[in-house]
Amino acid sequence: MTSPVRPTRLGHVPVTQTLRNGAWRVVELVTTPVVPSDYLDVIAPLRNPNVLRARVEAVHRETANAVTLELRPGRGWRPHQPGQYVRLGVDVDGIRLWRSYSVSSAAGQPSGRISVTVNAVRDGVVSSYLLAHARRGMVLNLDLPAGDFVLPPARPAKSLFVTAGSGITPVMGILRSALHELPDVVVVHSARTPEDAVFGAELRALAAAGKLTLIERHTGADGRLKPADLAELVPDLFERETWACGPGEMLDALADHWSEAGAAERLHVERFRPTVLVAGDGGSVTFERSGAEVEAPAGVSILDAGEAAGQLMPSGCRMGICFKCVLPMRQGIVRDMRDGQITTAVEGDNVLIQTCISAAAGPCHLDA
Amino acid sequence: MTTLQRLEDNPIAHLTAEDIEAIGRELDAIRDEVIAARGERDAAYIRRVIKVQRSLEMGSRAVLLFSLFPPAWIVGTAGLSVAKILENMEIGHNILHGQYDFMRDPKIHSTTWEWDMATPAEQWQHSHNEIHHKYTNVVGKDNDLGYGIMRVDENQRWHPFYLAQPLWNFINALFFEYGIAAYDLELGRNLKTKKRRSNPIFRKNLKAVGRKIGKQALKDYVIHPALSGPSFLHTMAANFTANVVRNVWSHSVIMCGHFPNGVSTFERTSIKGETRGEWYLRQMLGSANISGSKLMHIMTGNLSHQIEHHLFPDLPASRYAEVAVKVRALFEKYDLPYVTGPLPKQVASAWAKVIRLSLPNRKPTPDPDPMIPPRRPVAEPVTA
Ligand code: FES
Repeated sequence: MTSPVRPTRLGHVPVTQTLRNGAWRVVELVTTPVVPSDYLDVIAPLRNPNVLRARVEAVHRETANAVTLELRPGRGWRPHQPGQYVRLGVDVDGIRLWRSYSVSSAAGQPSGRISVTVNAVRDGVVSSYLLAHARRGMVLNLDLPAGDFVLPPARPAKSLFVTAGSGITPVMGILRSALHELPDVVVVHSARTPEDAVFGAELRALAAAGKLTLIERHTGADGRLKPADLAELVPDLFERETWACGPGEMLDALADHWSEAGAAERLHVERFRPTVLVAGDGGSVTFERSGAEVEAPAGVSILDAGEAAGQLMPSGCRMGICFKCVLPMRQGIVRDMRDGQITTAVEGDNVLIQTCISAAAGPCHLDA
Repeated sequence: MTTLQRLEDNPIAHLTAEDIEAIGRELDAIRDEVIAARGERDAAYIRRVIKVQRSLEMGSRAVLLFSLFPPAWIVGTAGLSVAKILENMEIGHNILHGQYDFMRDPKIHSTTWEWDMATPAEQWQHSHNEIHHKYTNVVGKDNDLGYGIMRVDENQRWHPFYLAQPLWNFINALFFEYGIAAYDLELGRNLKTKKRRSNPIFRKNLKAVGRKIGKQALKDYVIHPALSGPSFLHTMAANFTANVVRNVWSHSVIMCGHFPNGVSTFERTSIKGETRGEWYLRQMLGSANISGSKLMHIMTGNLSHQIEHHLFPDLPASRYAEVAVKVRALFEKYDLPYVTGPLPKQVASAWAKVIRLSLPNRKPTPDPDPMIPPRRPVAEPVTA
């Protein structure tokens, strides 16, 4: 079995390392066709740099609906910048599902740990699983940190953070890491009730200590925050470098508001994955590499639809038993024509599907 | 399925086209039930088997470093043989069938798995998953029937060449992994003409096999023995023995899958326009099981449930035992022969067939097969 190899930055290689590499190659020959790490995985799952994993070191309950997981990343991890997110691969009922979570801990913890805060979303398979089952000692799969929702190296004189719900998590990572470098901070945070505010107590303590100005908004009582309200709450709104994270509609409204004021470049947003995929009948299939787009009706396999449109497709048995027609779906939703099973992929995923027995159940993007 | 039968007594003569489609629907329902239940248990199972196999292999190889001492040689060789059998049968074969693709674990996936075998996984997947499983027991299409070198059916014309087929079969058993590699390459066919020999796809595959065999041999016959220092030759012999044990075992199991008495073969023309029900029926009649204990099933990679495997090649193999109960009931309901028996009996039956068919047909035609229960009289052959 070959491990997907992460590119390494090989510059100057010292002699000892060359020797070590030589010895390693001998070991690799002994263990062929699998690689030595596959054997070591049996003993120490965190030490394999080619398959990044993390162990859950502690679980803290934040609210009725949210838990914070303290994670120790295994070898191969690269430290994150505050505000970035990581993708966690969680095996739910035997199936590995990947979801993105913002890192909520400060950067550069001496322990090497990071923490993510998981908010249970409605019908959220992974978040509800973690809420119910995350335990100390559990090993999760991890991806390197990503995202550009970060502070610039030159810290702004005045900053504003507008968050709603679990949108506070990346901002909390930023505040915990860099609050001392930010001279003038306003946080506008909305949650349904005071108790629902994740990190509410910590934010209030920071405000009480005079480190930031906190404006809490409770949508249960005061209704949703509108951009127009902001001008009232924060008079010097457009003088501030602003970071916003929350539901899509809120971010859209903010983006409009800022661009109308000609201040679009001062607003940085982080979008949570918006999609709830609902299975329908048929859909357009986009082959991302070739650029071809095909309308695939419900009763027609993606393999047939693609071929009919002149797309080159791998195939074999054409009846679901050889697995030669497997292609990665980057996002979309398909239905197994034999048993009706639905498979979905959201952005960032790469779910492998058998094109000969899958029909589109909505728009699909294939990496082919 | 119009002609199907070469057997004296046609085992499906009593079925109507509607019966066959009904069988297909019932089998689909059995499949759906497993799919709905598939999950955590199956993922945990394959992970556990992989873990056991790796620990056993590491342990055995460590013991073999001291194989100069006879007890270490015996323990190490036995352990390595079992590890290799598990690796090929319960792990490699089944993962390469995509049985665990549903887990979405790139490490345990049909597209990334490579096994301890002379033939590269990808080539094997082509000849096995794509050809053998689609064209099960269709003479001239499914080369697994006799691997292209044997006479497997009374209706095949006899030739003196076949006199040696028991010997070929024996040699094939000893070096099965190389036989499979040659078979996946379609060596016989591809070496015939210059044009075929220089076909770039064939050359590429040939190179891949060469590389794979080189690495495998280097591991078992050079590096691992060298690490054993003074035990060099002993370790080499141990690795050779383990490979032969694994080869003979898998050859026997696989021979039992489609060769024993009572298994049907099909004509090329019989699969034209085949429906899903007919495909299922062909799998039912073209495969044979091995009965035995749970350990026996694990060591055969659950290919002891060959019938169930051929019906549902992509379901996790550890589910075949529970599926078998329902499948067998279906066979009974439709009065079809469910061919099964203990390993020694099935192996003997398969070998007897190899030997019998190495000789010209006896006249008159052989007695009706005792494995096949008597049938109701039928007026007309079934046409679908
Ligand atoms: S073509 Fe064989 S599984 Fe799709």
